[in-house]
Formats: sequence, C-alpha cells, structure tokens
Amino acid sequence: MRDSGDLIAVEALSAGYGGPPALRDVEFSVRPGERVAVLGPNGGGKTTLFRVLLGELEPNEGEVRAPRCAMVPQTERSRLDFPVSALDVAVMGSLSRLAWWRRPGRPERERAREALAAVGLGERAETTFGELSGGQRQRVLIARALMQDARVILLDEPFTGLDAPAADRLEAVMSELAAEGRALLIATHDVLQAHRWDRVLCVNRRQVAFGVPDEVLTREVLELTYGEAIVALPGAGGGAIMPAHHHHDHGPA
Amino acid sequence: MTAALWHVLTDPWGEPILRRAFLEVALLGLAGGAIGCWVLHHRLAYSAESMAHGLLPGLVLASLVGLPLLLGGAASLAITAAAITWAGRISGIDRDTAVAVVVTSLFGLGVLLALSPDSPPGLQNLLFGDPLGISDGDLLLAAGLVVATAAVLRLLHWRLVVVGFDRAAAHGLGVSPGRVDLALMGLLTLALLVAVQGLGNLLVVALLVAPAAAARRLTRTMPGMLVTASLVALAAGWAGMYVSYHARTAAGASIAGMLVVAVAVAELASRAGRTGRRRAA
Repeated sequence: MRDSGDLIAVEALSAGYGGPPALRDVEFSVRPGERVAVLGPNGGGKTTLFRVLLGELEPNEGEVRAPRCAMVPQTERSRLDFPVSALDVAVMGSLSRLAWWRRPGRPERERAREALAAVGLGERAETTFGELSGGQRQRVLIARALMQDARVILLDEPFTGLDAPAADRLEAVMSELAAEGRALLIATHDVLQAHRWDRVLCVNRRQVAFGVPDEVLTREVLELTYGEAIVALPGAGGGAIMPAHHHHDHGPA
Repeated sequence: MTAALWHVLTDPWGEPILRRAFLEVALLGLAGGAIGCWVLHHRLAYSAESMAHGLLPGLVLASLVGLPLLLGGAASLAITAAAITWAGRISGIDRDTAVAVVVTSLFGLGVLLALSPDSPPGLQNLLFGDPLGISDGDLLLAAGLVVATAAVLRLLHWRLVVVGFDRAAAHGLGVSPGRVDLALMGLLTLALLVAVQGLGNLLVVALLVAPAAAARRLTRTMPGMLVTASLVALAAGWAGMYVSYHARTAAGASIAGMLVVAVAVAELASRAGRTGRRRAA
C-alpha cells in the first residue's frame, strides 16, 4: 500500500464464482491520473477483477476500496443493428443517477453532448451507433462512462480491431481523461502499449506482478502471466515480448 | 369510380358489429405494434409465440366453466412456466427443446378441448379469432391495453433501450435486466390475453411481430419505429377487415395475410431506398 492519496486500494483480494477462486492474492493501489495496464490470458481473472471493482461481485476475502467505477465494454458486445444514435448511447450513462420513473431530459442530453465533444465526437451525436467506425464506437462508450461521473474507468480490450490512426486517437482521449485526474484500468494483451502507461498489473488466476512497466515487464513475469508461449519481437529490445497466441491477431503495434 | 371506392370503404361501417370490429382491430394494432418493437429487439418472438400457445388450455377451460379468460390464461401461463423450468432441468434437454415440448403438449391439449364434439360451438374462435364477436366489454379491455401499453413503454423506454442494446452492461448502468424482462413479459402477456379474443391464438403473434419487422426496415430511430409499427398494424388490420368483408374471407386470417404483405412491401421499399441512395451517392 502506498499513501492515502490512492483512488483504488485492494488488499489480499480473493474472488470467484463458488468454486476455487478465479483470482487470488491481489494487492495493488492506483492514484488519480494513472493509467494501469491489466495483462493476463483469457480466463486469467481480468473480468473477475473488473466485476469486483464495479461492485457486481462480492470478494471472498480481502478488502477493496474504490470510488464509483464505470465500465467501457467491447463494442462488439452491443447490438449494432439497434436503432440508437451516439447521443442515445451517451445518455444511457445518466440512468443510474435517475430514479426509475424519471426519464432523461434536456439537462441529461446537454451533458451527453458535452461528453461526446470531450471524446471528439461532438459532430456525430445524431449518427446511428452501428454506422460509426470501431474506434468511434469505442469513444462513444467512453462518453457514456463519463456520463456516470466515475473517477475510475475500466476498459475491456479497447484497442481490439482498431487501425493505427483510430488507436492513436483513442490513446489521446485516454491521456486526456488521466490528465483530468481519473484513473484508467485497461485490460489488454498488448505488451508494447503497456510500456507507455504508468503501471502494469499482471494476473493469471492470481496476481503475478504489479508496478511500473520497466520493472514488471520482464520475460520472467510474462512467462508466469501467459505461460511459456511467449516470443521476443526481433529488434524490439529485451522488454518487448509478445504473448505468442495473441500477437498474430493484433498486427504491428 | 370514386363513388365505387367510397362504397367499398364505407359500406362495412354501416353495421354496428363491423364498426366494433374495426375499432377493436385498431386498438389492438396500436398496442401490439408498439409492444412488438420491443419483442423484436429483445429477441422474444419465439417466447411470444410459445406463450400464446401455452395460454390456450387455460383459455379453453375458463370459457368451458364460465370463468374470466384472464384468470384461465394466467393460470395456464403459470403452469407453462413451471413445466418449462422442470423440463429444462432434465439432463440432456436444452431450454429450446423444453419450451417446444411443453408448449406443443399444452397447445395440443387446448386444441383437443376446444375442438372436441362435446365442447360448445365458438371455442374454435379462441384459435382463429372472431373480430365480429367483439362485445363492448372487449372494446373497453382493448382500450385499457392501449393506455397500459403507452404508460409502461413510456415509463420504461430508456431501460428497455439499455437492456436491448447491451444486456451485459445494463447492470453497470443502474438497470436490472431481470426486472425489465419481467415488465415486458407482463405487458406481452396482457396483450396476448386481450388480443386472443379478436385475433385468435394462432394469429395473434402476427400482430406482434409483423408490424415491428416492417417498421424496422423503414425507420432509423426507436420512437420512429414505435409509431410506424403501430400505424402499420392499424393499416394492415383495417385492410384485412375490408378484404374479409368484400371477399367473405375469415377476418383473423385476412388480417394476418395483410400483415405479411406489409412486411414484404416494407422490405421492397427499403431495398429501393438503398439502391436510390447508392445511385445518388
């Protein structure tokens, strides 16, 4: 544990779904303005950790101190044929603070427009969600999270399927959010990208490592995180290692 | 020519029985069209059809012993739900199979009761509908359904949108998918119970699914889809009534036929629109 300026503090966390814990021995803290890469194989406990932080899953053991968190899911999970505009999707973020019989009104729509402008989509508010590009859809979902007034934003593999310009644009939006004092936890498989952020948390059914990228992203830690199946990228230096079973579907980072 | 068309359109309105039928079809269309949009977006078309069929034995028994249809339908539905849950627990039977087995069994029982030689005549109307047998009480019920539908859909609009759009994220947005499902299923059940009298157990699903399917082709926003589906249902319903009156065909089947025509026309219109836009671009 670091000092009390932490936004998130997790101690000796163990959580699961009835059987053996899906994730154990988790202990880390996050300060305002930090971007944390959450690395781990599929089924390694990233989703479990996010669900605990969102308050959807009670920990079996340990302590979790976190403010209101908002989730940015993968865009493929939502229905692209649903007749909603980008503005409608952003407005959804206001529901949790309205009583169930209240409908979002003009103030909520105004805030949603501001949130869309903050992610660079002020001009596309009326566009149907399914007609936006993958990167734009991801930013609309971030606008929705901003509407929830959350100081912590959890992103589930937000760069999946994005081309380089769209990924750069998304990364810029994330930097702005961090600069405003929000904390971002980003589930990812991209080790090169994790290098550019402030902290790295590696999980594989338990916490493997947590710290600054240069200390955490070693071959030893990555082998413990992803198993033996990792490869070194030629010419990328000692720290740049990609998990073999993921690196083919991401293309050049 | 104009005079002939005028007669074609106004003749049926001269008879009180037909006036009531037109009004009933209009009310059911307005409610069914709007509910159908959510049935489609929440992928409940199969559930809606299953529920309609599961209601039948209760409806038949209720009319045999003289109880209100609403009561018989509700009891039937409770038994259907329990039987599906029970059948789904038997290992080797998945949920779809459980629903199909239970619902066809119950539907078969209902048909057996309704069409047995000892049953009073008129029970087959529960299967095929009889808009001409509508009473003032039925009209009041249909009007109540329209009011209830408008109120529930307005109240829950955003929650229905969230659950339909991204069910997994709903919880995090402060929306309980289970409660929204329950409210929508409740409204759907009410609509089935009220509409089954006029349109029949077999055809009532057409009114829920077809107008929404047509509106989905023609609109790009949810409010637009809701209004369009209601109007399509009303228009197809009345078109079916006119066909039935002038061609002396069964009213419920004529309405179902016109609903299918509406879907086909909407599909063609949407394709023509897309081609036109591509040419313009």
